[in-house]
Amino acid sequence: MTITVSIIVLGIIGIIAAVLLFAAAKKFYVYEDPRIGEIEELLPGANCGGCGFSGCHAFAVECANASSMDGLNCTGVNSEGMKKIADIVGLAPVASQRHVAVVRCSASCENRDPRNHYDGVRSCAIENALYQGESDCIYGCLGCGDCVKACPFEAITIIPGEALPKVDFNKCTGCGKCVETCPRHLCELVPYNPPTPVVWVACANRDRGPIAMKECGVACIGCTKCRKVCPNEAPEITSFLARIDQTKCTACGDCIAACPRHSIVSSSPIKTHLQQQ
Amino acid sequence: MNKLTISLSPHIHSGGSISRCMWNVVIAMMPALAVAIWTFGLPALQVTLISVAACLATEWAVTRYMFHRPCTLANGSALITGILLAFNLPSILPWWMVIIGAIVAIGIGKMSFGGLGCNIWNPALVGRVFLLISFPAAMTTWPSGVQSAFDGATGSSQQANASTGATLLTHLNGGDTSMADYNFLDMAIGNMNGSLGEVGGIAILIGLAYLLLTRTVTWHIPVSMLGSAALFSWAFGGNPLLDLFAGGLLLGAVFMATDYVTSPMTRSGQLLFGFMIGFITIIIRRFGAYPEGVSFAILLMNSFVPLINKYMRPSVFGEKERRSLS
Amino acid sequence: MRTFRKGGIHPPENKLTAGKPIVGIPTPPELRIMLSQCIGVPAKPVVKPGDHVQRGQLIAEAGGFVSAPVHSPANGTIKKIEPTRTHQGIWQDSIVIAIDPEESESFAPQARTPEEVEALSPDEIIAIVGDAGIVGLGGAAFPTRVKLSVPKGKKATTLIINGAECEPCLTCDDALMRAEAEKIVKGALLIMKATEAEETVIGIESNKPEAIEAMTQAAAPYPYLRVEVLKKKYPQGGEKQLIYAVTGKTVPAGALPIETGCIVDNVATAYAIYEAVYNRIPLMERIVTVTGPELSNPGNFLVKNGTPLSAILDFAGGLPEDAGKVVAGGPMMGRAVSALDSSATKGLSGLVVIPVSASKRMQEGPCIRCGRCVSACPMGLEPYLLMLQAEHKVWDGMSEHNVMNCLECGSCSYICPASRPLLDFIKLGKQELRKAKI
Repeated sequence: MTITVSIIVLGIIGIIAAVLLFAAAKKFYVYEDPRIGEIEELLPGANCGGCGFSGCHAFAVECANASSMDGLNCTGVNSEGMKKIADIVGLAPVASQRHVAVVRCSASCENRDPRNHYDGVRSCAIENALYQGESDCIYGCLGCGDCVKACPFEAITIIPGEALPKVDFNKCTGCGKCVETCPRHLCELVPYNPPTPVVWVACANRDRGPIAMKECGVACIGCTKCRKVCPNEAPEITSFLARIDQTKCTACGDCIAACPRHSIVSSSPIKTHLQQQ
Repeated sequence: MNKLTISLSPHIHSGGSISRCMWNVVIAMMPALAVAIWTFGLPALQVTLISVAACLATEWAVTRYMFHRPCTLANGSALITGILLAFNLPSILPWWMVIIGAIVAIGIGKMSFGGLGCNIWNPALVGRVFLLISFPAAMTTWPSGVQSAFDGATGSSQQANASTGATLLTHLNGGDTSMADYNFLDMAIGNMNGSLGEVGGIAILIGLAYLLLTRTVTWHIPVSMLGSAALFSWAFGGNPLLDLFAGGLLLGAVFMATDYVTSPMTRSGQLLFGFMIGFITIIIRRFGAYPEGVSFAILLMNSFVPLINKYMRPSVFGEKERRSLS
Repeated sequence: MRTFRKGGIHPPENKLTAGKPIVGIPTPPELRIMLSQCIGVPAKPVVKPGDHVQRGQLIAEAGGFVSAPVHSPANGTIKKIEPTRTHQGIWQDSIVIAIDPEESESFAPQARTPEEVEALSPDEIIAIVGDAGIVGLGGAAFPTRVKLSVPKGKKATTLIINGAECEPCLTCDDALMRAEAEKIVKGALLIMKATEAEETVIGIESNKPEAIEAMTQAAAPYPYLRVEVLKKKYPQGGEKQLIYAVTGKTVPAGALPIETGCIVDNVATAYAIYEAVYNRIPLMERIVTVTGPELSNPGNFLVKNGTPLSAILDFAGGLPEDAGKVVAGGPMMGRAVSALDSSATKGLSGLVVIPVSASKRMQEGPCIRCGRCVSACPMGLEPYLLMLQAEHKVWDGMSEHNVMNCLECGSCSYICPASRPLLDFIKLGKQELRKAKI
């Protein structure tokens, strides 16, 4: 008897709850464009913010409501993926330039003597805010790996023994997380059109030549040799530091050979690239 | 020459460490453990060892196979949980119940929140309350013949044949508040019935003195908790001394409510925390279904700690003056 | 005995050099004088390479309102103006002076007579202090001229001379008070006159009985000047803590001490003011405590501005084999030196050599919420919470929890049983908030 009563009472409670839930679901139902879900399936789901929106869902909503794909580009999917998204919303795909991040410091331990031993929180933000780092250079990489932690695609690793990050171009989507994370602004997004390698000045030292030379073995001293040899005048020198204008660079490699400080590097050997051409 | 180390100030440290705090607590628990073994004989030691071993093993297994973190046994917190759990159990509890209690205490009470420093409730009490609710009979079965055990100095043989012996609190809950049947001196030196750690009132106070001397804990929680328990015991017409020394109030006030992780950060918060535990304990003892309420009171107030931390904040130096300026 | 009420810690004193006399150290062949020696704008050089300079001669003038001029501490020739490393290892401009090897350091400018000093107006005293390049010698190196100029509408009533020296290891103020008590008192009287304060209290912690004795004697003739013995507690030397300890007044959060009518100056600053006003000697040398358990000759040394730290350490018996860390300032608030070729500045109060074994931080553990940092904080903050917020970059939350009131005394990090780097994160948060404001 007791059991029967319990079953009946609980059953009634269950039915009432179900009705309430049903009513609530009907009342508060929000229509969502089914295409948004479809687009989200194609996105990487890292919420990296590389598209300029607050996350993958926001980007999908933006795509679904867009009248043109202009300015809408997920860095995490390739052009193939963007084409699919454009198909879903029925718009013409817009070709976009692929970007990757490069690190503007190449000072491994031999090149700049870590004069001190830093003992404290392994965080570039703290080390940069409150110290100049272990070596003399106040511009270079601190090697604590804030960028590694920030990267949503696990594209950055710290080279063992060198305390320098390395970007894996195959994984890097150019979302720019590392750019905003690096307290010394060493990460930079550059256009990348494989197989043409990227050539960049792996140094951010803005000190005058004599000081820069004391500070680091591969510091750019602003000698302007790279600009002189460059057929397109791609390297620009401001405050004793060269920076290659990627829109002009053809990856010929002349500046790499000319740089007396070996501060200019390329993502893959220039020679092989030229031979292939 | 060595490379000079650079780091931020301060460049000196007090030398205190988590493990030092924890080991101080372990040392402070030793007198109470000794009294427990004196009173209940070898079964008490057995329960303690099983509980400690099970706690350590659970912590080790979780850190190793679930967290993949380095071993944290050396900091002594699992050891404390083990001893405290044993202190909350009757000496004749079956060994497998002790192990269940230990696994719940460490596994659910501590590690499920992320390990040391992250738990909301005192792990040992989580284990105890789990056992109390799951096995109410076994958890309230005390060895009989403790009186003679005291006389006979060893007396473990008599405890093997245990039967349900009532504790003082069972009487108190029944409304019997007379002290006639109880010798206060017996209570103070541990010659009474109860869980392992509850019985040695004086021994627990020695532990408290040690904790205060080594500055492991401050007086705020124990004093406010015992004070408010005595106050409300008197207010409800009880005998304050009886309420203080009977049951787990002293044990709770000295070793469990003072647990760093689950007590408030500020002095004022700690006073409120202790006061409320004392109050709730007496309410449960007088009006609740359970004869003992310390564990519930502490767990209940543990839940309020985040709220206390949020509202009982320290007063910022000069903040009042700043407001009166503008 | 009085002290401040909230928080505070009791680190071991380790004042190895207490009672050691003040010893001048020989002038090195080359002085590298930093142009940025105080809070504010760097000084502007007024000499050029090849110039010959005399001891006491102005070599760089104040670069702005919050700035102080720099004088040559010895006779010599300007070699060049080039960057030198700071203690933190950053290259900053400095004037390099090659010292004349033979020329004796005869520098005795015409001293002012007591009557002349008496005739000086407050503004004149402040101008002399400014021209002598005097900065706060307690460590922060804030230009004293700015500090003495009481803002309009405010009134200074109490001058507090800070002789607390609550930092462990340091004894430079102690040594100065023992040796030059009378001059400190006269310097204090000059500050009183400049700021038109009504009374002066010299706050000294009870662990310096000789200094208390000397100062009490020196202060005896003046009824409006007294010595207050304070109970030993760190950070007593903090401006707000000292004001509370001495007068019982609380400086409103975020306000300057003048709000309570108090002005706080270090004993060494008072001494420097005496020298500048009576003897016309600008600030160009100071007492530096060089100490460490492994040093063979620790002591209180009179160090010329611009002396390389390595030369100072050599005089103290050389850097020991197992030196792990050298701290410029006291061990609680000082900064670790990264380059020993950097040179002494006006703000350098001590050099503490810490052995390797004690120079490494302990392994950081999880926060066990023991609340010791909360009890230790002299400003009533919650360091554990601030660190948590900084870790998660919740800068607004830190600001709500009054992080800007933190005086960076380091009590929280010192006391934390889990060795958590509380102050590191708090400093990061403060810096981020300052950045956000600009």
